[in-house]
Amino acid sequence: MIPHQTPTLLKSLFRPTLLSVVVALLLLLAVVVLAAPLLPLHDPDAFLSSDGFVPPSGEYWLGTDFLGRDLLARLLGSARVTLGMALLSTILAHLIGDTLGLLAALRGGWFDAVVSRVVDVVLSVPKIIAGLVVLAVTGPSLVAIVVLTAVVYAAGVFRISRALGQDLIAQDFITVARARGEGNRWLLFGEMLPHVVMPLTADFALRLSFAILFMSGLSFLGLGVQPPMADWGGLVRENLDGLQIGSWAPIYPALSIAVVSVLLNLFVDGLQEREKKGGGA
Amino acid sequence: MTLLHIQNLNLSADSGKPILRDVSLTLENGQILALIGASGSGKTTLALTALGHMRPGVRHVSGQVLFRGQDLLRMSRRALARLRGRKLAYIAQSAAVSFNPRIRLDRQVTESSRIHHTMSPDAAHARAREVYRTLDLPTGEAFYNRFPHEVSGGQLQRFMIAMGLHEMPEILVCDEPTSALDATTQVEVLKALDTGIHASGTAAILVGHDIAQVVQVATHILVMRNGEVVERGTVEKILHHPEHPYTRRLLEMHRGFDAESGTMAETVAAASATAVSPSDRTDRAPLLEVRDLAVCYGTGGFAVKALSGASLTLNGGEMMAVVGESGSGKSTMARAIAGLVQPSQGEVLVNGRPMERDVLKRPLPMRRAVQITFQSADTSLNRHHTVGRILGQVLTFFGERSKERRAERIRDLLEQVHLPADYADRKPSQMSGGEKQRVNLARSLAARPDVLICDEITSALDNIVAASVLDLIAELKRELNIGILFISHDLSAVAAMSDKIMVLRNGEVVEQGPTAQVLGAPRHPYTRLLRSSVAALRLGWLEEASALHRSLRDELGA
Amino acid sequence: MIRFIVKRLAAGFVLLLVISLLIFVGCEMLPGDVAQIMLGQSASPENVAALRAELGLDRPAPVRYLAWLWGTFHGDWGVSMTSRQPVSVMLSERLSNTLTLAGLTTLVSVPLALLIGMVLAVHKGTRLDRVGTIVIVGLCATPEFLVATLGVLVFSIHLRWLPAISYVTPGTGVLTQIKSMLLPLATMTIIVTAQLARMTRAVVGNILTQPYVETARLKGAGPVRVIMVHALRNAVGPLINIIAMNVAYLISGVVIVETIFAFPGLARLMADSVQARDLPVVQACAMIFSASYIGLIMVADIVAKLFDSRKEPGAPS
Repeated sequence: MIPHQTPTLLKSLFRPTLLSVVVALLLLLAVVVLAAPLLPLHDPDAFLSSDGFVPPSGEYWLGTDFLGRDLLARLLGSARVTLGMALLSTILAHLIGDTLGLLAALRGGWFDAVVSRVVDVVLSVPKIIAGLVVLAVTGPSLVAIVVLTAVVYAAGVFRISRALGQDLIAQDFITVARARGEGNRWLLFGEMLPHVVMPLTADFALRLSFAILFMSGLSFLGLGVQPPMADWGGLVRENLDGLQIGSWAPIYPALSIAVVSVLLNLFVDGLQEREKKGGGA
Repeated sequence: MTLLHIQNLNLSADSGKPILRDVSLTLENGQILALIGASGSGKTTLALTALGHMRPGVRHVSGQVLFRGQDLLRMSRRALARLRGRKLAYIAQSAAVSFNPRIRLDRQVTESSRIHHTMSPDAAHARAREVYRTLDLPTGEAFYNRFPHEVSGGQLQRFMIAMGLHEMPEILVCDEPTSALDATTQVEVLKALDTGIHASGTAAILVGHDIAQVVQVATHILVMRNGEVVERGTVEKILHHPEHPYTRRLLEMHRGFDAESGTMAETVAAASATAVSPSDRTDRAPLLEVRDLAVCYGTGGFAVKALSGASLTLNGGEMMAVVGESGSGKSTMARAIAGLVQPSQGEVLVNGRPMERDVLKRPLPMRRAVQITFQSADTSLNRHHTVGRILGQVLTFFGERSKERRAERIRDLLEQVHLPADYADRKPSQMSGGEKQRVNLARSLAARPDVLICDEITSALDNIVAASVLDLIAELKRELNIGILFISHDLSAVAAMSDKIMVLRNGEVVEQGPTAQVLGAPRHPYTRLLRSSVAALRLGWLEEASALHRSLRDELGA
Repeated sequence: MIRFIVKRLAAGFVLLLVISLLIFVGCEMLPGDVAQIMLGQSASPENVAALRAELGLDRPAPVRYLAWLWGTFHGDWGVSMTSRQPVSVMLSERLSNTLTLAGLTTLVSVPLALLIGMVLAVHKGTRLDRVGTIVIVGLCATPEFLVATLGVLVFSIHLRWLPAISYVTPGTGVLTQIKSMLLPLATMTIIVTAQLARMTRAVVGNILTQPYVETARLKGAGPVRVIMVHALRNAVGPLINIIAMNVAYLISGVVIVETIFAFPGLARLMADSVQARDLPVVQACAMIFSASYIGLIMVADIVAKLFDSRKEPGAPS
């Protein structure tokens, strides 16, 4: 048998594949968004022009919004809101979903039955409808939106991590450990964790893109982040009237959402493709 | 013109690693050519090229596959499709996954006649029934029109053979047609295949890993190893005058066990002698005692009895073989003893002390005493951990705190299973199947068990590798003086080395006792059936065995 | 089989009851008194009490829940808090608009997506598949409002072919109505087709790697026969489920698309009512959407089961 080293993620990223390009772009995006306050941009909240929807120029690269604010500055400013909130709720969703899912797989019994039924209920309500009802009751609030998104997506994460866990538990190396009498802590952290890191990372990226789309959708409907704060969905809503005069103002934020979401999806596809090739024995 | 002529064929994997190296062969009308070799020898890949087929990931490098002078590997898809199913037919290894689950069997068997418009529907119907009768399938339209999941594994494989023979092909390619079946069924399917091939007069390529089985059907043999042809010749030549050492080793695998008398003349006698010698344990309790163990799956009215009333005793330095087909309850018994499955009745005693049913309720020294090793070397090892970590965890778990002593023990354990010390740094993906199974054994030994349960640990391995693992087990038994419960569906594998044997069927103990006695003079017809299913390395065995099978099946009423 | 259908229907019904309870309890948690909110802060206590009695708010919560549930099954959805109209009247016309939009989208996108998905699956690994997959993944990840706004910009503003706003006014010609629905329809179709095609490709692609497909090919079956005779009947079960899920996805897509095009549908009514916090309307809409979602998944399960020729597990194997 020829010993072969499975290529590490890092190594394979240096090869010019679609995956490495996608990762590079995502990193670039993160840097630009984080460094936005340091960039020589206009004040995103300053009314620079008396007219709205000024077309792009050397002064305003992307033109201005409906109130005459610099669109590029607003786009970058609201990126932190959009991505930050989505990231926060996805992290929450995974914390809840992974813990419950792996535990349900490991413990089974009533715990699994109860959590699974609750998840069935959550998943049988269309997400946006659940969102609308909750926001009708609470009114638009940042906390409500983040918690709502986290809960709604935790249900999906639960299904995935439970399935992964059950898959692993059926494998003999878990049975061997159980036959030895190992406790749940070793089974979970020692045996199972290394196997679920990759698939759950892929799921995280995918959920993140869902969360961005979901929250932008809510904001677009006027139920998300409220002015003067804005996220990308909100920017689309604010500037939607510009369409009638042919302005691209609502297109740029929508395009930004699409770009991030597409990059995340391509990242997941690339990751899974790589797993398939590397893992196939 | 030669029927099939493969010339200097070189195939490689996508990665460039060669799969076949400069392989040539010819097949004439009426010849049945067996391809023999271990898994990874390229035998299936070679056989499939006779259909002009290469699985995804296989690349053609050079060479030709000439069917009546036409190169199949350079033919258009359309022309190739016209030959397949009609002139060149295929019998897959596992009928269970090779039939479309949603199409009735008869429709699938006769499909080629509809694809190629070779027969009228009536003629196809009649032809299929003719073949079904030849293959000894049950009769009846309702039976022929069943779905694949509605017939038994042996019947399904016979439908697969019927499908291959339907168009009276010129070449029939059979990819290990019996290896997915139970031992007793293998004999019957092999006989059906033999009858079918001879009745239709087709030439055939028969891929196999059990040389004793294929010689019953084949006229010529090609021995392969690592993508190369090692030796070729007629069956008589290979059987009686093997030249290559590898061929000789393959043959030796079968020489030892005498299926007719069921004994392994000298070894069994020696083994039973040693089994008696450490008998100064008269008043001491046996290492492992199982009393009237029964296991049910499910509850209430749906409960299925997987095992009923099994009892056994096992002493240090003793090995007990538990044999039976799939569904006989042998693995269930192993898991119940290990505390992984809850028995519905009965007791397990280790060193005279009763064990809790659930492994988690057993105190640490009790858990240590019984260790289990599973069939699948692949899934038994966590592929993200190194061998050192896998073994180290067991040592830590059973209380070894010192890092130095752990490292030392890991070195000892690897030595015990004959692996180099530097394997401690390897991950499972860097080892072969046999090596992985050795690590599995080392992990069980790390607990310093009194009883080692081996659940089909050699079943997934190639013959030669399996034999070396068996040698290791025998050595461990001798040197560590532990009791070994060896579960297997392969009678020939365990007959040689076990002191006692237990035969299970449908959850019931059919027969049990000293191996020499049980196999030498089996009382139960099922034991005789099992014994007669072990292929003997001589021509004419298949005829006798299948005749014997028929009468024994009658006796068993099945 | 009958038992399966009855069991499945019962499970769906129970699920719907649980959801109705959740919706009701959720709305109960609304801070403040509904009557007070309706009448404003300046209303006299007598007026508030009168309205409470009129709306039945003075009864205990379980009684109100049962009354609401009872009404829901009878088409009596209560009275809107903002327009004071019966909710059922507000719903009826909008529901048919939304159904038309969803129905047309399904009609176009399902066959289209199946075709694209199968073509890509058959050509797995080729350049066609790679390019096609990237396009599909891209479209799946694109928000509806990008497709919609780009559509408006190009077809309404620059080319002036289609209206940017799709008021479906009754009485106008059929052609005008179709024209006004074209942009929302196209937006929905693009997104739904992409998602469905992506999953179809995965399902069919997976089936094509099965050993029985290899068996069929080695019997001389051509690509068309392999797909039509061997692959499709095994794909039906999973595909029906996927189609149901995507049709259900229409529900969320429809909210956004209706808003952008000011399309007078149920989803926009719901979004507007949420902003106005008009709870009876929100409750009614939520129930309709949840019921149709659960119903679709249920029907898919049953159809997939009907198509499964295999009987109960446990039959001789």
